[in-house]
Amino acid sequence: MSSVNATGSNGLDCCSDGEMTQANLPDPEQLALRIQRGERAAVASGLNLLDNKLADARSRSARLLAALSGERWLNDGHLIGVTGPPGAGKSSLVCAMIREWRLSGRTVGVLAVDPSSRPELGGGALLGDRIRIKNSSHDEGLFIRSLANRNQLGGVASEVWPMSGLMLACFDIVVIETVGVGQTEIDIAEIADTVCYVAQPASGDAIQYLKSGIIEIPDVFAVNKSDLGAPARKTAAEIGRSAPRQDRREDWDYPVCLVSASMNTGIKQSQDHIDRHRGFLVNAGLLGKQRTRHHNAWVMRLLKEEFGTFGLELAGGLATIGERLSANRSSQFAEYERMRQHILSRFNSDNSSSNITIKEHHHEQAVI
Amino acid sequence: MVAGQKKRDKPWLMRTYSGHSSAKASNTLYRTNLAKGQTGLSVAFDLPTQTGYDADNVLARGEVGKVGVPISHIEDMDQLFDQIPLDQMNTAMTINATAPWLLSLYIGLAQRRGIDPKKLSGTTQNDIIKEYLSRGTYIYPPGPSMRLIADTINYTITHVPKWNPTNICSYHLQEAGATPVQELAYALCTAMAVLDRVKATGVITPDQFPQVVERISFFVNAGIRFVEECCKLRAFGEMWDEMTLNRYQVADPKLRRFRYGVQVNSLGLTEPQPENNVQRIVLEMLAVVLSKGARARAIQLPAWNEAMGLPRPWDQQWALRIQQVMAFETDLLEYADILDGSPVIAAKVSELIEGARTEIANVEAQGGIVAAIESGYIKRELVGSHMNRLRAIESGDLKIIGVNCFQETAESPLTLGSDGGIMKTNPAAEREQIERLQAHRKSRNDADVRAALQGLTDAAKSDENIMPSSIRCAMAGVTTGEWGDSLRAVFGEFRPPTGIDISIDSREVLGKKDQVTELRTRVANTGTALGRPLKLLVGKPGLDGHSNGAEQVAVKARDVGFEVVYDGIRLTPQQIAQAAQEEGVHMVGLSILSGSHMELVEAVLQEMRARDLATVPVIAGGIIPQEDAEKLLSQGVRAIYTPKDFSLNTIMADMVDVIRECNGLERLGLLQ
Repeated sequence: MSSVNATGSNGLDCCSDGEMTQANLPDPEQLALRIQRGERAAVASGLNLLDNKLADARSRSARLLAALSGERWLNDGHLIGVTGPPGAGKSSLVCAMIREWRLSGRTVGVLAVDPSSRPELGGGALLGDRIRIKNSSHDEGLFIRSLANRNQLGGVASEVWPMSGLMLACFDIVVIETVGVGQTEIDIAEIADTVCYVAQPASGDAIQYLKSGIIEIPDVFAVNKSDLGAPARKTAAEIGRSAPRQDRREDWDYPVCLVSASMNTGIKQSQDHIDRHRGFLVNAGLLGKQRTRHHNAWVMRLLKEEFGTFGLELAGGLATIGERLSANRSSQFAEYERMRQHILSRFNSDNSSSNITIKEHHHEQAVI
Repeated sequence: MVAGQKKRDKPWLMRTYSGHSSAKASNTLYRTNLAKGQTGLSVAFDLPTQTGYDADNVLARGEVGKVGVPISHIEDMDQLFDQIPLDQMNTAMTINATAPWLLSLYIGLAQRRGIDPKKLSGTTQNDIIKEYLSRGTYIYPPGPSMRLIADTINYTITHVPKWNPTNICSYHLQEAGATPVQELAYALCTAMAVLDRVKATGVITPDQFPQVVERISFFVNAGIRFVEECCKLRAFGEMWDEMTLNRYQVADPKLRRFRYGVQVNSLGLTEPQPENNVQRIVLEMLAVVLSKGARARAIQLPAWNEAMGLPRPWDQQWALRIQQVMAFETDLLEYADILDGSPVIAAKVSELIEGARTEIANVEAQGGIVAAIESGYIKRELVGSHMNRLRAIESGDLKIIGVNCFQETAESPLTLGSDGGIMKTNPAAEREQIERLQAHRKSRNDADVRAALQGLTDAAKSDENIMPSSIRCAMAGVTTGEWGDSLRAVFGEFRPPTGIDISIDSREVLGKKDQVTELRTRVANTGTALGRPLKLLVGKPGLDGHSNGAEQVAVKARDVGFEVVYDGIRLTPQQIAQAAQEEGVHMVGLSILSGSHMELVEAVLQEMRARDLATVPVIAGGIIPQEDAEKLLSQGVRAIYTPKDFSLNTIMADMVDVIRECNGLERLGLLQ
């Protein structure tokens, strides 16, 4: 287990070979203004900052997100999660949808998550989604960032949460694309406003997951490769029959649509369902509430993964954390960073007597 | 017995794969080569022509006239064959996605010169499968591409009967790392896919079909393990005979002959001590001429300096003379098959056949070669085989003289000349070609062009054969880019799987284990020091489709812990810089083998600067002559890797050090 003893104020950021670099980190407030103006370079730089685990970068990240957040974080834009088994054609479908969104004048940010290799095999990753999503022509209204999941529990890298927030500040639509392997759908449902599950014909994955209750029911189903004909219709019918068994939201109809990314059919209809779902959330007064709930869940999860149950206790326990987050509904990331610092300082002050070992950042915790 | 008295077999067709700069310059070269005793032509087209773009398209920048001759319209074709009688020449064209178009220009030119197309003989390569797997000049998806191949076959069988409409290539599979068994299996699967497709069109009557089978020829590679290669060709012959008899009921054994042309292996040619390539080429050639029963019909040899840059006329002459010595000085052509009856050879042939049959059955079970390409299966197999080869070189298990052993050398007088021992292309060629093209567009009849293109579009949308409307386009003065775009609009474009998603633990060997472990530590620690895991963009700018190098670097970088973004081939410098920005990478690695590195790398650097990414290091790999490498380094490229850098571990360690240096960390130096 790769772990370090927290010995100083920046103990977590000690590198094993003792080196530090003073990268030129951007001024968060300036950067926020540029991001809100939609400057691509600023968006890229902001995403790099959110990915950066150095102590200075973390505090700047918190400032950046604080500067970007506000009430509109709970109301604006549309966070869409697209998931499904490998080979279902998620990227081709996302690509076709992007074409439609761009035609209607909406800007799109994409976070494409691919798996990392196991830590003992180097932990590297091949991020291959750009090749499938990319349109041949240059488009200023589309921004794609690929991410490795870095072997984090659940399959969606924790960086996705803050990054999707940044993208919401400057794009009309933010798509998070992940390979669905059961657990991932739970993660994606804790980020996205609307989850679209892409199923492939003649594969029982979606139905099995639904029946076994592994996945929270996705809001929209898209059965891809409808050009295959009967097998696609059969799969769609089976999903339609299985879905109602789950606990479901009243007043939402959980549509199942047939699409073909390669033939470019059914794309518009599935998008209409996705749009309709956002409208449904807004009308029911659920959009902001759902986002708040998601933010809370992520904060709890990140604190627990980094510091364990003991760490949550140091922050005052679940109930207190929940209260503090609710009091700062529109700026949970800043609140998360504050609590994190608080726990860290408590750890450090306790460290002399109790010799507690803190795990390094969770993406490294599985290193053997 | 004195040579010359005995009855000798007729030698094979001798060609040199050539073409560069412009139709005019290439024509001069062809006529010189023919005067030196070359007996056929082998036309190399530049990448814009191969991928259906006009010389003034943004993607063509830096590529015009580089790896071959630019042919934008019928006047270029006319100039290329100036004073060369088409009805007496045997012309091989290395052309694939745009094969129907270049063949149409050739037929159109013959008609304009009053020559009956029935008298034309030659070959269009026209094999799209290996383009998806290795060579990279595909345009359209597999379905429409296979239809275009079937169209050319259906057309030539009646209208240009001496033409070989398709040349199934196992050549490029070997360059991509295929083992002899994989070469056999995938080439024969490709042939089956083509023949099945032609059969399914229903255009050919059953009694005509044996003629179609006869017109299918092959283009094969020969590597340095020449005994095995010799057996591979005997295996090809046996398997083809059996397949054409059983699967396609061709009764006449003459029509079942395995007819093939050869270019010997380029993969094994080395940049260090390049003179050694001459003996490699001779030995590789021996494999395809040694046994009469499996002898090549046509041979083209690479030049000794191919790993360094473009060959000069003298280098090509040397390659031709090798063939002539083999054919005219040795006694090889005086004997019947000298390997018949050898139990050792027979056993090896059987072993290869058995392996190939198993793999063919495997591919057929997946729905045939097209399905296995769409699923990425074959590409993954090839990337895996190539990786095993590179690892064997790195570990020293596979010896390459002058590269991983016997490296000490005196200075070679061959590379001391002011040209560095390679050809310099005319830097004005691109501008001149664009001027010529734009003048041509003004001179033609627009109404004819529009009508011809409409006819092409209509044919593409229907079941009508694409050839007649393409020939009308040729005669009307349509350009290569217009032909390509018209079909793009109907068929769409295709990006095949990259094959690099092979899983790490599916492979037995990871190279030198200690080095890999050390590299992983370096990558991880450097990422921690910089705040996030190291992220690398591997980019292939321009039209060059030789992606094997880029793929190996991408896979290796992933294996040692990089997060790697690889977007595949054919990107503009702008797209690469944009990807670098959006992805927030620590380094951009460019791979270019077409000789257009100066223009393309400079353009990428410019685009990076325009996006405030000047601090992100750019490295480049490919066939980059020393002189160019120095210029690129002075322009800001941080490292250049060429074929002499055979150790991927060493390259990776250097890449980590470049990133460290650019971020104010100290270099860690060579691996132990």
